[in-house]
Amino acid sequence: MAAEKAEIDALKKECDGLRTQIEAARKAVNDGNMSSAAGSATDVGRVQLKLRKSLKGHLAKIYSMHWSSDSRSMVSASQDGKLLVWDTHTGNKLVAVPLKSAWVMSVAFAPSGNLVASGGLDNMCTVYNIKAASPKTLRELDAHTGYLSCCRFLSDNEILTASGDTTCCLWDLETGKQKIIFTNHIGDCMSLALSNDENTFVSGACDSLAKLWDLREGTCKQTFSGHTSDINAIQFFPNGNAFVTGSDDCSCKMYDLRSDQEVITYQDASLNAGVTSLTLSNSGRLIFAGYDDFNCHIWDSLKGEKVGVLSGHDNRVSCTGVPADGMGVCTGSWDSFLKLWN
Amino acid sequence: MTSNSNVSNMRRLVEQLKLEASVERIKVSQAAAELQQFCLQNASKDALLVGVPTGSNPFREPRSCAVV
Repeated sequence: MAAEKAEIDALKKECDGLRTQIEAARKAVNDGNMSSAAGSATDVGRVQLKLRKSLKGHLAKIYSMHWSSDSRSMVSASQDGKLLVWDTHTGNKLVAVPLKSAWVMSVAFAPSGNLVASGGLDNMCTVYNIKAASPKTLRELDAHTGYLSCCRFLSDNEILTASGDTTCCLWDLETGKQKIIFTNHIGDCMSLALSNDENTFVSGACDSLAKLWDLREGTCKQTFSGHTSDINAIQFFPNGNAFVTGSDDCSCKMYDLRSDQEVITYQDASLNAGVTSLTLSNSGRLIFAGYDDFNCHIWDSLKGEKVGVLSGHDNRVSCTGVPADGMGVCTGSWDSFLKLWN
Repeated sequence: MTSNSNVSNMRRLVEQLKLEASVERIKVSQAAAELQQFCLQNASKDALLVGVPTGSNPFREPRSCAVV
């Protein structure tokens, strides 16, 4: 027992030493932050987007939405027990998928447009073929031991999930089996984002950390700290070298992968509501963050200033998304509506 | 046994920290400059920044015109 205790103490000391080393290395390259570098960029001025459509159809809180890669279709999930696929140009509903479990927390559209996936408190990720005559369940991915908080397709054959069991998982849709399990978080995983080249992804969790993972090797490559509460939302900056997080600590942060640290925080003394969701405009200049205060606030990502607000929901904004063509932004809320703005 | 798993957990933690410590880091000023450059280079193509022309707004209700 004593030998073991000695070994654990030695290992602890080694961990502390490594942590100090990492902090020192980060400090050594911390020669300025984003807002000072962005001094020369022109102001974006006040960003005033108009409400173009209010999509009515769900009968209960909307928890998640995801754009199709065609920038026209969009899928939303509500705890009324349905997924709805919308044509956002006409406002029409294209497909309704009844769910076995109404406690849905996340929905995703496959890049092909053929499949959608959803999951939540049932701990499963269910994949549906929406191109069939009526929506057909393709796979039930059942191995997580906690709720499904987020899912994203890589293709019609692979999907990535994040779970309240603190792990993320890459699944093979042909076999329905887990390919790789990503373990390292010590709190519920709440959100994930895939890099453009699909070699890496980032995850945000209730341990207030964001992590960068190698998708093929299953390893955690980098860990980013700074938030003081659960990270609920995470998105890559469009050039793939940075990502933005939104947290219950009422702030958003941008982290750069190559300097391995936070480069700017988006927060305002008057904003005392947690961030539930976020998305970026195509140039990365604007961050649309949904808050518990029923609004979606717009931030200038370079200068760290609030530049606008999307008001109109009567309850918490739970999800936001900008389509691939960048032509608008969609907000979804606990008030059961989805709104399109540009 | 819990005691064995404590040791192996600690060993895994050390290996993970070694991996994270070995990352090559660039200066924050360089990272920030490159992020800014990307924003500025793509600003003109960002519809939410520059606006969507009324006629070609996919989300706007179309106004029908009758040719008399």
